Amino acid sequence: MISNILEKLKTGNITPEEYVEKTFERIKKVEEKVNAFVTLRNKEEVIKEVEEKVKSGGRLAGSLIAIKDAISTKGIRTTCSSLMLSDYVPPYDATVIEKLKKEGAVIIGKTNMDEFAMGSTTETSYFGPTRNPWDIDRTPGGSSGGSAAALAAGYVELALGSDTGGSIRAPAAFTATFGLKPSYGTVSRYGLIAYANSLEQIGPMAKNAEDLGILYSIISGEDWRDATTIKFSLEKEPYEIPVKGLRIGVLSDIMEMSDKVVKGSIENMINKFSSEGATIDYTKLGYAEYALPAYYIIAMSEASSNLARYDGVRYGFSKYNQGSWVEVYSKNRGEGFGKEVKRRILLGSFILSAGYYEQFYIRALKVRRLIKSNLDQLFSKYDVLLSPTMPILPPRLGEVINDPVKMYAMDINTVIANLSAIPALSMPAGFYNNLPIGVQMMGRYLSDSLLIGISIYMEKVTNLYDLTAPT
Amino acid sequence: MTKIGLEVHVHLNTLRTKLFCSCSACYVGKDPNTVTCPVCLGLPGAIPVLNEEALKKAIMVAVALNCKIAPKLLFTRKHYFYPDMAKNYQISQYDGPGSMAIAKDGIVNISGENVRIRRINIEEDPAKSVYPTGSMLNSNYTLLDYNRSGVGLLEIVTEPDITGAKEARIFMEKLRSILEHLNVCDCEMEGSMRADVNISVEGGERVEVKNVGSSKDVEDVIKYEIARQRAAITQGIKILRETRHWDNDRKVTIPIRLKESEEDYRYFPDPDLPPYEISDNYVKAIISEMPELPDNRAKRFVKQYEITEYDANVLVMEKALADFFEKSAKYYNNYKKLANLLINDYLRWLNDRNLKIADSKATPESIAKLMKMLDNEKITIKIVKQILPEIIDGKDPEEIVKERNLIAITDRSYIERIAREVIEQEKEAAKAAKNDPRVINYLIGKIMKKTSGKADPIYTREIVLQIINEL
Ligand SMILES: [Zn+2]
Repeated sequence: MISNILEKLKTGNITPEEYVEKTFERIKKVEEKVNAFVTLRNKEEVIKEVEEKVKSGGRLAGSLIAIKDAISTKGIRTTCSSLMLSDYVPPYDATVIEKLKKEGAVIIGKTNMDEFAMGSTTETSYFGPTRNPWDIDRTPGGSSGGSAAALAAGYVELALGSDTGGSIRAPAAFTATFGLKPSYGTVSRYGLIAYANSLEQIGPMAKNAEDLGILYSIISGEDWRDATTIKFSLEKEPYEIPVKGLRIGVLSDIMEMSDKVVKGSIENMINKFSSEGATIDYTKLGYAEYALPAYYIIAMSEASSNLARYDGVRYGFSKYNQGSWVEVYSKNRGEGFGKEVKRRILLGSFILSAGYYEQFYIRALKVRRLIKSNLDQLFSKYDVLLSPTMPILPPRLGEVINDPVKMYAMDINTVIANLSAIPALSMPAGFYNNLPIGVQMMGRYLSDSLLIGISIYMEKVTNLYDLTAPT
Repeated sequence: MTKIGLEVHVHLNTLRTKLFCSCSACYVGKDPNTVTCPVCLGLPGAIPVLNEEALKKAIMVAVALNCKIAPKLLFTRKHYFYPDMAKNYQISQYDGPGSMAIAKDGIVNISGENVRIRRINIEEDPAKSVYPTGSMLNSNYTLLDYNRSGVGLLEIVTEPDITGAKEARIFMEKLRSILEHLNVCDCEMEGSMRADVNISVEGGERVEVKNVGSSKDVEDVIKYEIARQRAAITQGIKILRETRHWDNDRKVTIPIRLKESEEDYRYFPDPDLPPYEISDNYVKAIISEMPELPDNRAKRFVKQYEITEYDANVLVMEKALADFFEKSAKYYNNYKKLANLLINDYLRWLNDRNLKIADSKATPESIAKLMKMLDNEKITIKIVKQILPEIIDGKDPEEIVKERNLIAITDRSYIERIAREVIEQEKEAAKAAKNDPRVINYLIGKIMKKTSGKADPIYTREIVLQIINEL
């Protein structure tokens, strides 16, 4: 727990040097197998910064944090795990980084991810796949797989990820950690390298619910630099939520689409909720079969637009610089982007082209509205909608990446929250053969505090928190 | 029938900042690429935020051009790859599915004829391409200056209602005057108002001439294109749909590319810029604060100063001239005479030398003094015209007259002596003058020359007629 480390640093029980040394030792021991980091900062620099921050104070004074490599960090290269940005060093900090620095957090490094966050396994990274600390032959999920692995491997207590269609929750579920996809507009995206702007949020990742809440309260808030953020007030901490009387709707259609062992673990979790006094009801999400295509149409359309800027002129991969600009752009983009990214750019460009726009994009927006209004109805009956986070156990490396349809299908449970802007939290529900299984809770728009509060309560019931893989 | 339509691009250079970032909108004279930030450079993760002042200016223009204003401000991404584009899409507006322009369906009256306005868009300007040789055609490379990138533009598109070169020029001048009166654009700044001119003559396709810099050039382009297209058609050469470039040095248009079909810009709503509601009250508040428009100002001039409608319209065609007229009118109350001097002498003198009103150093006080001296018969109209350039150069009329002894000669005996001398030398002319008033003017001219223009013209004429009658 971060409060322990903060206390030790504050009282001098542990020196900044010891704290950082210990962290780097752990990384040195397992990183070769895990590959959680794209960029690890220089140890001496980190020690110096922790020393300074412990003195200057703040809610995270001196604590180390791992940052997904899609979030801009001034002076630290930010690659999005792509060859295209492998040398790119941002001249500015994302808003969330500014906020973390203000509270005394120290960035230890930038974590691996699927290239431009396009993937659910962290295998599409230009810097090689990240492996799951719980089983080195398996993926930690994605796209924020590096951040989740950095937690599960015992490097750090805190990490940031970003979630476009499940990119925080999938890795949280596969690594027995906690992850929140916040309500859209509560965390600034300024500095987050865009994949699909209307769907994604930066979110906290941690090893326990309490730390998750602290991190969320620090990074959230309205930001004038991101017009999609909103004014809102967080409920007061600590989040004391009685689970007794909580109305839970279990999404049976999503449950039916999940692996048996996953389903079993979630049922176990449901029983625990029930014994704590929550009322359980089985319901259906509806439109489940349309959610995934709608999600991918919107995501790919936005991606094709967002990724147009990478042409090697101002920054980024520019190995080719002779010839007409059309030749130069084509060669740089052809080589700088990986296969999955190119696939999504091509599909997105196709969807947005004249004639198809109405047929696909406008229709996807309709599905989006339908899902939203359907959820509004469900939330008039339930406080929380519960389902497995991922319908499967962590897949082995290579198992899904070569089958895009199978890979996209993994996101069925998670994309709903992105399409409808609502918060969704994944927490550990159990294990099967030492492989983590996560449960997802979705709540009303802006009920992030409620979800955090429930997880703070339930982690004590399940006793599944602060887990480190025995790598 | 000749059909002409204009697409006028107006720089919102009176705004303090660019359209979507806090960089200064005034980049003239700054070193290349010094007025930039992550947003206008299109860096990864940067997010545009609307400068609301741009919306207010656009609404004022829409009102002035009698347009319907949209209920919502929506921004669209217009995709095309080009080296001057920071993001390889332009944030613009689009009148199509799922989108709308800020205003449409307007009307402007040009000397009795209506020109319909199709739509007005708010959009961002790309970076400036700089060619080392000065020309795109023979440069080996292109330099890019992003100071201009992201500066706000209004795109004002007319229906093809303009019938000739002169009408197009008047349209441009009227539009310019409206923009200046609304303080939307400092149109004196180079490149602040550019037009794409669409011209088709009977029997030919539409030809577009891109990026024409001034209203005078617009007139020249149209004259040239009508002649070129008509000549081609009479010779049996087909006029195809194409885009041409105006070569301002050689005063010809040259082909750039054939347009076989509409380019597919893959328009889609910018997810970073949420829709902005434009309420009736919002528009009303803007209208209530709107400066006086040129048409209203001309009407007021006729009423307040009792000058002719023609003079009033000429004065308001250039805001600076109308302002100067009103300031001078505070010191001098023969408004008709004042308007006359400003239009026929002051403005003409400047125009003949390609100078702008802003270049003149004449003060309202000095113009008033000059006119009063004329009224008091201290100087002749000839002297007024003679010393006007010096007044424009900032000199005081009283001092010029005193220094150079230019006070009018009203001594009749003196004028008579000079007249007799002249007639003595021009005996033949004097005889002819009996029957030909033009010769009288010739004789008066001779006398004026001898008195350096100081002889009172009325006395001089009287005396000459008297002497001729005596002959
Ligand atoms: Zn800027």
